[in-house]
Amino acid sequence: MEYDQPRTLFEKIWQSHVVREQAGEPALLYVDLHLVHEVTSPQAFDGLRIADRSVRRTDLTVAVMDHNTPTWDLSLPVKDPIAKQQLDALEKNCDEFGVELYDRFSPLQGIVHIIAPEQGRTQPGKIIVCGDSHTSTHGAFGAFALGIGTSEVEHVLATQTLRQKKPLTMEINIDGQAPTGVSAKDIILGIIGRIGVAGAAGHVIEYTGQAITDLSMEGRMTVCNMSIEAGARAGMVAPDQTTFDYIRGRSHAPKDSEFQNATEQWSRLRSDPGSVYDARVTIEAKDLEPFITWGTNPGMVIPVTDKIPNPNNAIDETEKESWERALRYMDLKPDIPITDVSIDRVFIGSCTNARIEDIRAAATVAKGKKVNDQVYAMVVPGSVAVKEQAENEGLDRILIEAGFDWRVAGCSMCLGMNPDILQPKERCASTSNRNFEGRQGKGGRTHLVSPQMAAAAAIEGKFVDIRDW
Amino acid sequence: MEPFIKHTGLVAPMDRANVDTDQIIPKQFLKRIERTGYGQFLFNDWRFKEDGSLNPEFELNKNRYKGASILAAGSNFGSGSSREHAPWALMDYGFRCIIAPSFADIFYNNCFQNGILPIIAPDNIVVDIINKSRSTSNYKLNVDLKNLKAWDQDEDIVFQFKLDEFRRNSLMNGLDDIGITMQHESDISNFEKTRHKHGGVLRD
Repeated sequence: MEYDQPRTLFEKIWQSHVVREQAGEPALLYVDLHLVHEVTSPQAFDGLRIADRSVRRTDLTVAVMDHNTPTWDLSLPVKDPIAKQQLDALEKNCDEFGVELYDRFSPLQGIVHIIAPEQGRTQPGKIIVCGDSHTSTHGAFGAFALGIGTSEVEHVLATQTLRQKKPLTMEINIDGQAPTGVSAKDIILGIIGRIGVAGAAGHVIEYTGQAITDLSMEGRMTVCNMSIEAGARAGMVAPDQTTFDYIRGRSHAPKDSEFQNATEQWSRLRSDPGSVYDARVTIEAKDLEPFITWGTNPGMVIPVTDKIPNPNNAIDETEKESWERALRYMDLKPDIPITDVSIDRVFIGSCTNARIEDIRAAATVAKGKKVNDQVYAMVVPGSVAVKEQAENEGLDRILIEAGFDWRVAGCSMCLGMNPDILQPKERCASTSNRNFEGRQGKGGRTHLVSPQMAAAAAIEGKFVDIRDW
Repeated sequence: MEPFIKHTGLVAPMDRANVDTDQIIPKQFLKRIERTGYGQFLFNDWRFKEDGSLNPEFELNKNRYKGASILAAGSNFGSGSSREHAPWALMDYGFRCIIAPSFADIFYNNCFQNGILPIIAPDNIVVDIINKSRSTSNYKLNVDLKNLKAWDQDEDIVFQFKLDEFRRNSLMNGLDDIGITMQHESDISNFEKTRHKHGGVLRD
């Protein structure tokens, strides 16, 4: 087909996946990869069973246990009977419906958004879904990847399609080179701080600019992962040589001449010059700094050099009230430097920041140092493969000697569905993605930061500017 | 799914922006494997004090909002996780309709799958509804999905809202999305016949 207008990357992927489109109806899109985990799938499988339906494409579906798996010794049984019931249900459902499953003992287990790229399942141009909002992670490869609800999980299992109203597009251009000490996490926290937690609602973001293309695939995944925290339907980065080099040789990647053909096809996956986006945002990379959230949503974020905001400076009454409420929950006083805030816990992990580069960054900071006496710090690798790689590089030794706890893979204290939770009033520097009230444990107080900043905070017992460290 | 055609119900206010799904249903209650029984955990950390007793300050605990089936909320309602447990908890508690200036995308979609009508209304109308739900006892709204119209008891607030035809039809008939899609089986099979095995290859 010939197109008169230049098309965005998103538009190209969308048009190539439309199974059916009718005015007044959401389009029916074909799904290339469906990732399944234990928390959002039991009711979907149950629905199939009741309606006597099967899984249409078991070859495009893969399941993993990650959300409520304990990260202690794997030889111990799952103590929480309800978590166990959910894990058992996934095993039974996968067995009955013929879906491949990585259980908690599998060498391929890990956080769903970490293992799929690791295995080369995540590829440019695909539509990827999962009953999990952080599915946006996979957009780093130039895929359209989005989180869906359980009813939609059931819909995809039964039909391999998804009904979607076409989202709008937004280009976020991070212009120029990111300064030293500014990580991928800081880029995305800076973006959310700028546009707000609903700033990209209804849009698919395409991240462009040198600070984005300079990033490794792991860094791009960190950025795309938190697109949902800006309210976006998905986030994506156009695939390039960095993308192809990452995919080459992975177990589910195309092989040999097929790989060559695939890269030629994938190279077409970029927005045409002159593409029109529904919204555009430009941020100068040189203006970015290491960021820390101070409040109870990811938009409540300040540079490490800043002070806790004063509600008297809020733009309106609604914002003032939400700042006051957040300060009360977080037990913080306005106008004090964020670097004066001391912490009790450190969590390095989650689908945002638990890949090998994140562990390396933490270990580089921690090497030869000791975790502060007042702090309990843990590192939870994102997958069995990340854990093994880290152990082969001796990173586990560095971290353990510094006083960090070294765990087995899972979602862990990002959402605290397993035994890893904050106690009420505990303050945590966390590399995860959400600082909502109670997210890491009822009454717990979360500050989102990069792995470097989290490791440095563990050692100092309070926040520090990694650039001075 | 129970059809939604017309509804009249008591309005409860939730005068906060960015109410996230971790507040609507905290994660410790996601471990069930059923779709039902989540109403008791709705807004758990706000509804209950640390000792487990009811927090009398929280809106939904006030006697005047007992039995409310319409929630009037701040912007970006339902942000955060994709957990469908959020609409399941709202539905199980008794809510059939949520009115807000805006909703988070995934939550908005999830509502339709469960017979809950999320209505996007202008900021000033939502503020008026919230204020009236506080100043008027037994304050009720009428919602007519067929005519995409809502009004309060004394017709002081009357407004039209928008909803695409597909969603409206599905809600009004209690239709299951999967059943509708299954009718297009031949479209799906035809698509699969020409689909590249790597999926990510452009088809033009």
